[in-house]
Amino acid sequence: MTAAPDSESGSPYLSTGSEWSFPLIERYDEAIRDIALNEFGLDVYPNQIEIIASEQMLDAYASLGLPIGYPHWSYGKEFIRNEQLYRTGARGLAYEIVINSNPCIAYLMEENSMAMQALVIAHACYGHNSFFKGNYLFRQWTNADAIIDYMVFARNYVLQCEERHGVPAVEEILDSCHALMSHGVDRYRHPPQLSAEAERVRQREREEHAWRQFDDLWRTLPVRSEQGADKNVAVSPYPPEPQENLLYFIEKHSPKLEPWQRELVRISRKLAQYFYPQGMTKVMNEGWATFWHYTLLNRLFDKGLVNSGFAMEWLASHTNVIAQRRYDQPGYGGINPYALGFAMMSDLRRICEKPDDEDRAWFPEIAGGDWRKVLDFAMRNFKDESFIAQYLSPRVIREFRLFAVADHEEESDLTIDAIHDEHGYRRLRRMLAQQYNRDSQVPDIQVARYDHRGDRSLTLQHRRFRKRPLDTEAEEVLKHLARLWGFTVRLETIDEDGDVAMSISMSA
Amino acid sequence: MSVIIDRRLNDRNKSTVNRQRFIQRYKEQLRRSVSDAVAGRSITDMDRGGNVNIPVRDIAEPQFRHGPGGDREAIHPGNHKFLQGDRVPRPEGQGGGQGSGSGEGDGEESRDDFVFALSREEFMSLFFDDMELPHLVRTTLGDIREHKWQRAGYTQSGVPSNLAVVRSLRNAIARRIAIGAPLRRRLAELSEAGAPAEEVEALEKRLARIPFIDEFDLRYRHRVKVPQPISRAVMFCLMDVSASMTEDKKDLAKRFYMLLHLFLTRKYEKVEVVFIRHTDDAEEVDENTFFHDTLSGGTVVLSALKLMREIIDDRFPTDSWNIYGAQVSDGDAFGADPEKSRAMLADQLMPLVRYFAYVEVPDDARRISPLMYAYQRISDPQFALRSVTHARDVYPVLRDLFARETA
Repeated sequence: MTAAPDSESGSPYLSTGSEWSFPLIERYDEAIRDIALNEFGLDVYPNQIEIIASEQMLDAYASLGLPIGYPHWSYGKEFIRNEQLYRTGARGLAYEIVINSNPCIAYLMEENSMAMQALVIAHACYGHNSFFKGNYLFRQWTNADAIIDYMVFARNYVLQCEERHGVPAVEEILDSCHALMSHGVDRYRHPPQLSAEAERVRQREREEHAWRQFDDLWRTLPVRSEQGADKNVAVSPYPPEPQENLLYFIEKHSPKLEPWQRELVRISRKLAQYFYPQGMTKVMNEGWATFWHYTLLNRLFDKGLVNSGFAMEWLASHTNVIAQRRYDQPGYGGINPYALGFAMMSDLRRICEKPDDEDRAWFPEIAGGDWRKVLDFAMRNFKDESFIAQYLSPRVIREFRLFAVADHEEESDLTIDAIHDEHGYRRLRRMLAQQYNRDSQVPDIQVARYDHRGDRSLTLQHRRFRKRPLDTEAEEVLKHLARLWGFTVRLETIDEDGDVAMSISMSA
Repeated sequence: MSVIIDRRLNDRNKSTVNRQRFIQRYKEQLRRSVSDAVAGRSITDMDRGGNVNIPVRDIAEPQFRHGPGGDREAIHPGNHKFLQGDRVPRPEGQGGGQGSGSGEGDGEESRDDFVFALSREEFMSLFFDDMELPHLVRTTLGDIREHKWQRAGYTQSGVPSNLAVVRSLRNAIARRIAIGAPLRRRLAELSEAGAPAEEVEALEKRLARIPFIDEFDLRYRHRVKVPQPISRAVMFCLMDVSASMTEDKKDLAKRFYMLLHLFLTRKYEKVEVVFIRHTDDAEEVDENTFFHDTLSGGTVVLSALKLMREIIDDRFPTDSWNIYGAQVSDGDAFGADPEKSRAMLADQLMPLVRYFAYVEVPDDARRISPLMYAYQRISDPQFALRSVTHARDVYPVLRDLFARETA
């Protein structure tokens, strides 16, 4: 089943000019969809393609890419910043924004040419879309069916609160929540909450058990001294295990929050959780989408549906996207996730299709395999950290000419720890994976104690990661935390030996 | 199948509310910035928007982050000269070495200022926010009542231009139904009973005679006059344009009045402004002459005060006007003029005005001018004096003089 060529003009191409129109977009979408689904077997949510103007793109930027959000000054700041950069020409706009929802919403900008629209459709509507649907982190943590409805609810709720309690009061709480958002995510599944019904059943069973076990003889035994018993209760620490989701802990246990404030905490927690997978899969997600727009559009060209002018245009843009600057070039901003992701995905395909001896030694399971299955498996079951640890090949390391710079506190100089040679491959791969590990980006801070029988103070523990201290902003964040908690909060930094290295305390 | 939607016609200003929130939150910083911006402007373009900046650290959103220091490895691409084990000196000015773990996103934070453009409206509202005329009193005296027309339902009489057509026709329909009902009922009975044709005809004629519209149906939109208590104010702007006022000083004075004038016209519809300029003789001029005409001569301050007094007596009776005065001068006055002026101001004008501000633009900020020396002895809570030596002081002084009274 192929899309019908342009019958009216007799040309075999879908289109030849650079102007786009709605029928053309539809036709391109059909052609790309046909290749993606029927030839390569991608599994996608239904698509909703929306054409927007550049101002609307700026709006979308500011609201975290979501089509709807609650009002907050920080979004205004983001908007002003982007607008300024855009107006002064310092930065172009993204060609597309895609939202992890079902149907998957993709924004196309009206200024783009037809070739760019096709590129964006392939990239967002089939690349990102299939990633959202397949990757385990997204499957586990986000609910694509519900996010838009939830945002509508959140917006209305926040507006209602503003009406009832005043804008400043709401803003205060949201500010504090935003400060803690990076520590408002669950990284591991909690056991599902018992339903009220199940709870009642359990209660009944327990009572019945007690009733059956009843024996009046026990009454005659001497009672343990009350003092001892009380002490036992008092020492048992709470929470029994450290809690890493600060916002969740606040929502459930904060002694002072009003119900509506709790709900606001919950909203920002849900939002943080929704964005959590995106932060963990930047390289994979972009790599996957870039790989697929490259593959799909090449196939479009091979099938003779587009001409070489079209191909040149999107290839030029593609090349810009995957450009990786050298560490010493101006404008270098770290490793480009598009470049690394695309290189690794393409390399996986190459390892499957044309393996050499090195690949067979490094990747015996996949060398010479079916590339579609290998890529699909990789997309579904990894995040950046594990994806790199598993699949970064010596060839990609050589292509990028990666090298590791070790920066250790005790030494006066930086050391080149590893380069792209035989000794360095595994070391580089491990360190690069480590670089995408959440712990190296977000400090490990957990709730250690809640003195719920005493002064109600809350103690957080920061476990230092390789001697890296907290930024001085921590004190500001602690103020926000104290506001939400309502009583004294303490932050203890635990060093590598398990001793308290530093402690800050903030009273509400 | 994909759905394609054209959203280009949707609302484009979704972020306006967020932008407003941002401006609201950083009002203080923005106002400082606005004040700097205005200081550098020529008086002809006071009245427009402009760029403002805020220090980035003020608007940072704190998070728990790793600080500099500790052990880390950073991976970079593009090695073309290093071998394993090479040592590189730490780059200057960075405790933690180059490239943090995340490697992106930090770039913009390091810039010093967050600069953005305010629209004219936003600019002006920040500019004059929290400024009021002091001691303004509402006057609701007999014959100076202000009236406002207000809708007050419908009436049966009125002029044709106020005719409420829909309402009138609705009445007409109701009347026709009501008056025609018994006739129609009777007609139905008759035709059922097979009554003679003449009788039916007569009834039908009577039905047809019911008028389509009657005088009785007409309704007019009713409007009533509602008295509005108003506060009327007049601002006297007195400026010294004598030869000792150099162009720089006149520029300062005009800046002050320009801002004052902007403030008044923006905040109050009902404020009249009287411009008086004086050399050795005072004259009342219009706005344009006041700001843009050049004139020089000697100095007699008293003349301006006298003219102000005359105009008040003439046109602005104190029982129906709130009277304000603002005077700018370089403080030069000769002979008995400063003393006479002080006496005139203190004894004759102060009882009439709600507030009088004297702004001096001296040659030397440390020297006390004759006029200042005289004016300093006026101890009236409704009298204020300030001195301005730089364009950048003008706006703070204006704010200071007209800050909203805290209740």
